[in-house]
Amino acid sequence: MKSKFLFAASAALTLSFAGIAKAEPQAEVLHWWTSGGEAKSVAVLQQEFASRGGTWTDMPVAGGGGDAAMTALRARVLSGNAPTAVQLKGPAIQEWYEEGALSDISSVAEKNGWADVLPASIAGHMKCEGKWCAAPVNVHRIDWIWANASVLADNGIAMPTSWDEFNAAADKLMAKGITPLAHGGQAWQDATVFEAVALGIGGPEFFHKAFVELDQATLKSDTMVKVFDQMRKLRGYVDSNFSGRDWNLATAMVMNGEAAFQIMGDWAKGEFLAAGKRPGIDFLCASTPGEGFLYNVDSFAMFDVKGDDKQAGQMLLAELIVGQNFQKVFNMNKGSIPARVDVALDDFDTCAHISAQDMATSNAGGSLLPSYAHGMALRGAQSGAITDVVTAHFNSDMSSSEAVNMLAKSIANSL
Amino acid sequence: MITWFEKHMPKIVLAPSFLIAVIFVYGFIGWTAWVSLTRSRLLPRYDLHGFIQYERLFDSARWDTALNNLYIFGFLFIVISTLLGLILAILLDQKIRTEGVIRTIYLYPMALSLIVTGTAWKWILNPGLGLEATVRGFGWTDFSFDWLVNPDKAIYTVVIASVWQASGFVMALFLAGLRSIDQEVIKAAQIDGIPTWRIYTSIIIPSMASIFLSAFIVLAHLAIKSFDLVIALTGGGPGFATDLPATYMYTMAFSRGDLGQAASSAMVMMMIIFAIVVPYLYSELRAKHD
Repeated sequence: MKSKFLFAASAALTLSFAGIAKAEPQAEVLHWWTSGGEAKSVAVLQQEFASRGGTWTDMPVAGGGGDAAMTALRARVLSGNAPTAVQLKGPAIQEWYEEGALSDISSVAEKNGWADVLPASIAGHMKCEGKWCAAPVNVHRIDWIWANASVLADNGIAMPTSWDEFNAAADKLMAKGITPLAHGGQAWQDATVFEAVALGIGGPEFFHKAFVELDQATLKSDTMVKVFDQMRKLRGYVDSNFSGRDWNLATAMVMNGEAAFQIMGDWAKGEFLAAGKRPGIDFLCASTPGEGFLYNVDSFAMFDVKGDDKQAGQMLLAELIVGQNFQKVFNMNKGSIPARVDVALDDFDTCAHISAQDMATSNAGGSLLPSYAHGMALRGAQSGAITDVVTAHFNSDMSSSEAVNMLAKSIANSL
Repeated sequence: MITWFEKHMPKIVLAPSFLIAVIFVYGFIGWTAWVSLTRSRLLPRYDLHGFIQYERLFDSARWDTALNNLYIFGFLFIVISTLLGLILAILLDQKIRTEGVIRTIYLYPMALSLIVTGTAWKWILNPGLGLEATVRGFGWTDFSFDWLVNPDKAIYTVVIASVWQASGFVMALFLAGLRSIDQEVIKAAQIDGIPTWRIYTSIIIPSMASIFLSAFIVLAHLAIKSFDLVIALTGGGPGFATDLPATYMYTMAFSRGDLGQAASSAMVMMMIIFAIVVPYLYSELRAKHD
């Protein structure tokens, strides 16, 4: 009896030691991809991670735009127990680096040649003072304009290539009783339309000076007044019920012919495809009038964690995220395009092809720009200040010159 | 030894909760005050930088709107809720048959969460879906009630929704007060031939002064803390026209990573509350010494 007990006890001890000795890759991943298509896309990464012997602990925190997730992250970092990888994007990565919270994954980046397969501006976001600290997942394009193909065909309108053409088409549609622009009156949607208009009217250099460098002279310039003038015109082209509407309800308006156009990022394509609409036949996609490409790159930032298993988990996760398979499958499910330029796009639809081609051209021409409305160009305080002015102007009868002055003042205040 | 214990027992029993209150309420108020004097952004920092956060705060157009909204909303909410609650209580006090049922109906809105109130009123006040569309459907095609989407009028919709929520509660307070008035005084006044409305204004209402004060304190603190109602009803309003200090503080802290601003706006909110509560406390303490 006693020997049986001794045998069982020693077996248990040995097994537990065996578990400790192995140090399998472990990752606790904080993200807010909790809705249908997004959750499926994260599941792809989870499966790949598990098939390479890793243990994934999911930490999903629902809540639009990641506010709740960022609060959870702040609590974890302050208590000294940061998650292994966190869904962060844009300057937030560098902000967390400045608080001393990120780790260095340059070894994985160099081994897998990331510098050769990522466009330069995107690679720049993933580096903290020259060292790689985050892995990019996808590239969303913001400056898309979507249209109902039959409404356009019935009224003899082509996809506009300049804002004047858009205004002319919109006037024609208003006369027929069709809402020209489907819009949801939430601050981020107002900001999305604003930056597409700013890029179209001012051009890539204007956009960079105004929204990346925050140059006061550019912010107060006549071009900015023209941008606000066009926003005032667009305000006349939306229906009276637009206040507080969600973006996908505006997409539905385009789908059923109530409205002709919507200015929204490429996640709108997911809505069209989920409703069974076909690109080029039922709905049309094109870049908003003007040259340039506004990107929104989702990425996972690697936080400073202790323990070999967690650090091994980070390295494995980083390698898988920029791997060919994940880049292809994830982006097919989510509607964006891979951040890697060498992924074959045969299975992607026509809009994705257009997006990838435009990304390559704008990368070569220097007009591949970060979106300010989606947190890629500026930190929260500054982008919030700009959005406050944009949405106040759109929802009131503020004059363009008042708006421009308020813009310059708010940005100076927020720095 | 044991008698010392017995003598100080109340203090010993209260000591833990007292300590917790001191640390978690006053200690953290002190922490917020410290952070409001720093340049904290994403995470709190502790090196002092003077009053720049307060300068930035009062320079911001959005904070201006928020404070104005607080005054407009606070004033209208408190005055209208008190008046409405008083009138409903007086009417209910007339010994009517179905008083229990009616009283419950008026008190029901208080049981709803503010998010439900905000969402329901958002649908009712939506021009295309709610009141305006219904009345137009009845035939009055020129009727318009688009306050919800009008940046100048949207704050009044917040007043409507919160008055609906709180006046039942104020009514209950006043009803209790009315019931506790000595009926002999009323009968004596009636024998003297004083008209009913005069009885109310000169005898009953003045004797409920302490209830007016309680209602005021409760409504004032509800008004200053208004957050969920605004978020559910207007989400900050067309643009930021219905922003209130509480929503400003939340946005700065959690959406913009600007803890210094959030802390300074919280301190300003606290000072506004102190400006109301401290005179009240002072008058109460002085009354005790009389």
